[in-house]
Amino acid sequence: MANVESAQRITAESSGENLEEKIKKRNIEAIVIGTSAGGIKALLGLLGNLPQNIPVPIIIVLHMPESRETRLAEVFQHHIATKVVIAEDKDRIKPGRVYFAGPGYHLSIERDRSFSVSCEDPVHYSRPSIDVLMASAADAYGAALAGILLTGANQDGAEGMARIHEMGGLTVVQDPAEAEIAVMPKSALDLFNPDFVFPLQEIQKFIFRVEQC
Amino acid sequence: MNNPTSSEIELKLLIEAIYLKYSYDFRDYAGASQKRRVLHALRQLRCESISELQAKVLHDPDTFMELLQYLTIPTTEMFRDPDYFLALREQVVPFLKTYPSLKIWIAGCSTGEELYSMAILLKEEGLLDRSIIYATDINPHSLDKAKKGIFSLERVRSYTANYQAAGGKQSFSDYYTAAYDAALFDRSLCENVSFADHSLATDSVFSETHLVCCRNVMIYFNHELQERALGLFHESLCHRGFLGLGSKESIDFSGHANAFEPLVKAQRIYRKR
Repeated sequence: MANVESAQRITAESSGENLEEKIKKRNIEAIVIGTSAGGIKALLGLLGNLPQNIPVPIIIVLHMPESRETRLAEVFQHHIATKVVIAEDKDRIKPGRVYFAGPGYHLSIERDRSFSVSCEDPVHYSRPSIDVLMASAADAYGAALAGILLTGANQDGAEGMARIHEMGGLTVVQDPAEAEIAVMPKSALDLFNPDFVFPLQEIQKFIFRVEQC
Repeated sequence: MNNPTSSEIELKLLIEAIYLKYSYDFRDYAGASQKRRVLHALRQLRCESISELQAKVLHDPDTFMELLQYLTIPTTEMFRDPDYFLALREQVVPFLKTYPSLKIWIAGCSTGEELYSMAILLKEEGLLDRSIIYATDINPHSLDKAKKGIFSLERVRSYTANYQAAGGKQSFSDYYTAAYDAALFDRSLCENVSFADHSLATDSVFSETHLVCCRNVMIYFNHELQERALGLFHESLCHRGFLGLGSKESIDFSGHANAFEPLVKAQRIYRKR
């Protein structure tokens, strides 16, 4: 609990505004989440209690070995009431869904809020890359976006989160003290000051607040 | 939707300028990855803004050629998605063997990795000698590289596992000569290959074909351009001809969906109805 309190204190000092105000000010239309090592466990904790009908879609890049087939959606569907799908090229983003980027391709969001995939070179050795998803989501949603960066072993996602911040979106970074692997959240904190640095429990509350569950 | 930023307006103007000046049509490419590639080019070509790049591109064809290398996406590998090649071998080749001569179109062949994979597969199935392969792309540098058939040895070695998983019948190294850090592919693989500059955005059909392979090309197109490309493939394919797409590409939501039936749905192999 000490971590929780200290993180909240840091946040309150650096932000000046509380969570309620920050969420209220923006009409958040999508949540993007990036994570790698330790991510499966963290995500199961975050999303496990989500109800079936979420008004704000959640779009996730979870670094995985570049195998050709993935059971990611099935694995998470087993634990989550919300519909879990792999994001497909040209699909319109719909509420009520948790989307995962499939392996071997970058996932982007177009300005018309549909997905596109590409097989350009990996970014930070990662394809899909969190930076790629987040930067494109920031362009598509502007301030109406929340970005969350969790545990992970490389710096992918730091620039993407900074881009969301720059475009006026809300940014939440997992408290590195709590993260299973701190490299990813630390890289983001080295680059910019996010709106909140939260432990998972608070991030879960944040998501529920955005979804108004 | 939020209003376009200045850089998005600049990007649109750049793409329009390229079309008007050089007739390369990137106007119907998917926006997010295009923006990423232009921003990458900006850094590499040391321009402060897209407008500055536009001015350079308009006044200097060499700069345009450099930019083209960033705008097109050469990232590919041999026997990418081995299961796709295995499905071609097991479920399409038996039909292809019934034709006395074959025409195959590799659309958007880039630097040739897909082409050499196909040629090797055809050779092992005894079809290469009676096949004509059209390898087309919009990037002349990529076509030159494909013609040369020289690839990084390190990368080629990494394709060996793909080749084996794709049902390869030989040792992959039988098809190339290694010298220093390069692998030179057997010239005979390309004896019946016709390399051509062809744009799916602006050109029309040039030949009847039995098999069209266009993988990981249409993901860079918007819906309208995808429809155009699929229309070209449909027009080019003979009665009951075959179409192979990338693992993230599908014709399910296209206006051409009813003109094809899935042959191996999981591997995105379709057959003209």
